[in-house]
Amino acid sequence: MSGQRPRTVSKAVAVGKHVTGPAGGLTILERLDLEIQAGEAVAILGASGSGKSTLLGLLAGLDSATSGEVWLCGERVDDLDEDGRAALRSGRVGFVFQNFQLLPTLTARENVLLPLELTGTRDAARRADEALDRVGLTPRARHYPRQLSGGEQQRVAIARAYAPRPEVLFADEPTGNLDQVTGEHIIDLLLDLRSDAGAALVLVTHDARLAERCDRRLHMSAGHLEQGA
Amino acid sequence: MKTWRITLRLLGQDWRSGELYLLASALILTVAAITAVGFFTDRVESAMARQGGELIAADLALESATPLPADYREQADRLGLTSAEIIEFRSVVVGEGGPQLVQVKAVDTAYPLRGRLSVRDAFDAPDREVETGPPPGEVWVESRLLPLLGAALGDEVGLGESRLRMGAILSNEPDRGGALFALAPRVMLSQSDLAATGLITEASRAEHRLLVAGEASAVERFKRDIEAGLPVNIDLVDGSTARPEFESAVDRASRFLHLATLVTLLVAGAAIALASRRFVERQTDAVAVMRCLGAPNHLLMRVFMMRLALFGLIASLVGCLLGWLGQLGLMSLLSDWFATDLPTPSLAPVFVGVATGLVALLGFALPPLFQLAQVSPLRALRRDLGAPRGSAILTVLGAASALALLIIWQADDFQLAWKLMAGVLGAVASLVITVLVLVRLAGGLAGRARGVWRLGLAALARRPSAAVLQISGLGLGILALLLLAVVRVDLLAAWQETLPEGAPNHFLINIQPQDVEPLGEFLREADLGESAIYPMIRGRLVRINDREIVPSDFENPRAEQLASREFNLSQGAELQSDNRIVAGAWWSGADAPPEFSVEEGIAETLGIALGDEIAFLVSGREVSAPVTSLREVQWDSFNVNFFVISSPALLGSEPATYITSFYLPEERESVIPELVKRFPSVTLLDVDALLTQVRQVVDRGVMAVEYVFLFTLAAGILVMYAGIQASLEERRLEHGILRTLGTGRRALLTSLAVEFTAAGILAGALASVFAELTGWLLAEQLFGLTFSFNPMLWLISVFGSGALIGIAGTLATYPLLIRPPLHTLRQAG
Repeated sequence: MSGQRPRTVSKAVAVGKHVTGPAGGLTILERLDLEIQAGEAVAILGASGSGKSTLLGLLAGLDSATSGEVWLCGERVDDLDEDGRAALRSGRVGFVFQNFQLLPTLTARENVLLPLELTGTRDAARRADEALDRVGLTPRARHYPRQLSGGEQQRVAIARAYAPRPEVLFADEPTGNLDQVTGEHIIDLLLDLRSDAGAALVLVTHDARLAERCDRRLHMSAGHLEQGA
Repeated sequence: MKTWRITLRLLGQDWRSGELYLLASALILTVAAITAVGFFTDRVESAMARQGGELIAADLALESATPLPADYREQADRLGLTSAEIIEFRSVVVGEGGPQLVQVKAVDTAYPLRGRLSVRDAFDAPDREVETGPPPGEVWVESRLLPLLGAALGDEVGLGESRLRMGAILSNEPDRGGALFALAPRVMLSQSDLAATGLITEASRAEHRLLVAGEASAVERFKRDIEAGLPVNIDLVDGSTARPEFESAVDRASRFLHLATLVTLLVAGAAIALASRRFVERQTDAVAVMRCLGAPNHLLMRVFMMRLALFGLIASLVGCLLGWLGQLGLMSLLSDWFATDLPTPSLAPVFVGVATGLVALLGFALPPLFQLAQVSPLRALRRDLGAPRGSAILTVLGAASALALLIIWQADDFQLAWKLMAGVLGAVASLVITVLVLVRLAGGLAGRARGVWRLGLAALARRPSAAVLQISGLGLGILALLLLAVVRVDLLAAWQETLPEGAPNHFLINIQPQDVEPLGEFLREADLGESAIYPMIRGRLVRINDREIVPSDFENPRAEQLASREFNLSQGAELQSDNRIVAGAWWSGADAPPEFSVEEGIAETLGIALGDEIAFLVSGREVSAPVTSLREVQWDSFNVNFFVISSPALLGSEPATYITSFYLPEERESVIPELVKRFPSVTLLDVDALLTQVRQVVDRGVMAVEYVFLFTLAAGILVMYAGIQASLEERRLEHGILRTLGTGRRALLTSLAVEFTAAGILAGALASVFAELTGWLLAEQLFGLTFSFNPMLWLISVFGSGALIGIAGTLATYPLLIRPPLHTLRQAG
């Protein structure tokens, strides 16, 4: 780091999110500011309904904010349409979901191959194999998600997220569907891979113990963000 | 390249995962039905035309009032066809008893090319089939000529400048055809004797006919070659149009075949719609994830479209193969009907099949596919976002336009297409409205119900579109099965009944007024039935409104022929039971003013409209009256029928001969000599051969239609399965939760059974209303058959479908109940 200013991979400036429904308006996020630097691991903690998944969606460019600015990988997300945001995410942003979200009709290896093929990566097959090997699932490459345990499915999802070597990885409750021991392994893997790839990790979780292992902890409460210890 | 790779990968995986089985089955079935019918309709039609060929003694005939150019015969020779020439004209034979007007037919040694020519060697001798016409020096004559001439077989008669020996009684000529009711008796001679008679010169009035027969493909080629350049004075006749009785039967057979195909198309279309909706819905998560991973919308749409198109192509080709196999099955079923030299089916049905498959798939699946374009990537994070709601209008429009396109294309018959579409659209609309009303009711009841019932009812009310889809799908399936029953039990039976066992197989014509009473008496005493005896008056059409009729003014050869010949007119107070008024009204009894009623087909040929004033020259006097009704005549009933009938006031006093028809069982043939002896001036016509031909067309047509309906049956079962499957998806999660909360398996099973049975009863009741309505519409409007409503069908339908769907639905859902709830929840989650 030696005096060099770290690069910002994701930034929210005075971001607000309001929804209107039949029962009236609801504010989910209010004037929220946040910056994530390259290579940094940030945990967002909070109770159910505090707005942490909404924030994750906004930072990752999956949703658009009602007010404020959202920047991702140096580009302003609010100026882009959905396809523009998809192009921005392509290959530069990785995801790990609570319920794994593997395509049930593809094998483990094919699931990892998918984002590489979508971005037209040249040596997709080799990189997919490497990623699977890195998460220790080479022997299970030809298995379908339903033939894998929850922990194995999440390892495939991590391989899929890291294979395109993204700049930032968003993980939504990655251990939420797993037992404690398996959850620990998954966090180890996420953090190790983050170090290897130099990518930032933004982690939404309930689990304070997992959050402890991140560089920074943010607490969401009723649409506001508090810096943790 | 990238798109292709992803497309192929996803398609392969879809297949292995079983996601596409239902959609594939529906698509394959549709294409198979279409192609099977396409493959064999050609063959069935050629078989029917060939059978009809026996009525013109050939596969194809050219007719003209002047000698036919030699080119035609040379062309037939070149194509390897056999041909024969016939010249027919009126003349006089002179015997001991004086001169007698006869209808002469000079035939060459190749005649007849098709059908059965038979003679008798004595009045009471049995029929003897012969291969060719009379040898040189001999004539064969109709039996009634002998008493008229006061001569016996073996005597000589004078014909023009020749004297020829009467060698045999002509008992059956296959191509009696249009001359069925000719007044003058037939005399047949060899063409080699014709020149010597000196009767035919360039200026003679005669009908020249070239008969052609051979391999179907060569006949077809010959027809194609000459059709375009055919001068208006030459008429081309093929078997299917040779006799109205036969044409009418062939026409109905082909309409039934098309109907069967269309019903299959409709029902399988519904299955495709349900299955493709389910398929697309199950892609929602995958799309959300892929969008998260940065796949742009256009790439995803392209991948999905290519995936669908590729899948459609493969399934359609499999359907074609199945259709081809199905066609082989039908061929073996009707093998005695197909001559060995029928053309092999062309590849055209394959293209039609594939195109049908693709149009159906795209029409039904594209609108839900467009929904996918709206899936938010956020859904990968938040499942509660649900699948985007598709535009109902877009879905309905897509499906309806695909269906309409296919139906109009397939039906080849606009009338059939729109009636069927009206029936089905009416059914679907009513199903949807009724189900919506019931769903609302269910919503109201949900508040008051308890436990499982509240959940079931609330779920129903909250997802009206799913409930509508499910019950409509079930209803359509039942409707298909019922239509099958209606067509099978009622329509086909009504068709067969038009030719009951005792359909008339003999006509008596030329009955003199004084013979009417005694002949009626004779027939009654001989126990040959109570057939009505109709007056028949000869008249030439001379005027339509102010327009004088000049035969050569008509471009249509058939119209020209009709205008140049005398009509057999009749008069009567009552409308015959096998006639139906299609325009105007029948007159009121015997006191009605002078009016005409014209058969609709001939009215169209001659350009006669309702209200036109038409005039006939009858016994040298012109009689005219307005046309006050047009009739549809059921020619294949084999009853006596007339193209033009007048009210008694107009032709009642004109000199007439009479005509009747009756059924003569084979074992009663002995009545004939006595009848001929007692009424020597009456002509007896045996139409048993024609009757047999028509009956064969009807029976085999019925068989072919039933075969095609097997596909419909399969489609009906498939659509019901798809309906039940659609509901399973919706309920999977709820069952998991309910089981987890401790609801007993028995309670869930009971509620499912009650629900499916209720849906079945509802679908059954609605479907029976529409099956009967559609059946009635088809019978009365399209096939000209009498339709009778069938209360048993209603009972069977309502209770049968309640039981069937109740059991099938419960059985299909049972695996969900015996699975551990966690498994179900995991899958649903």
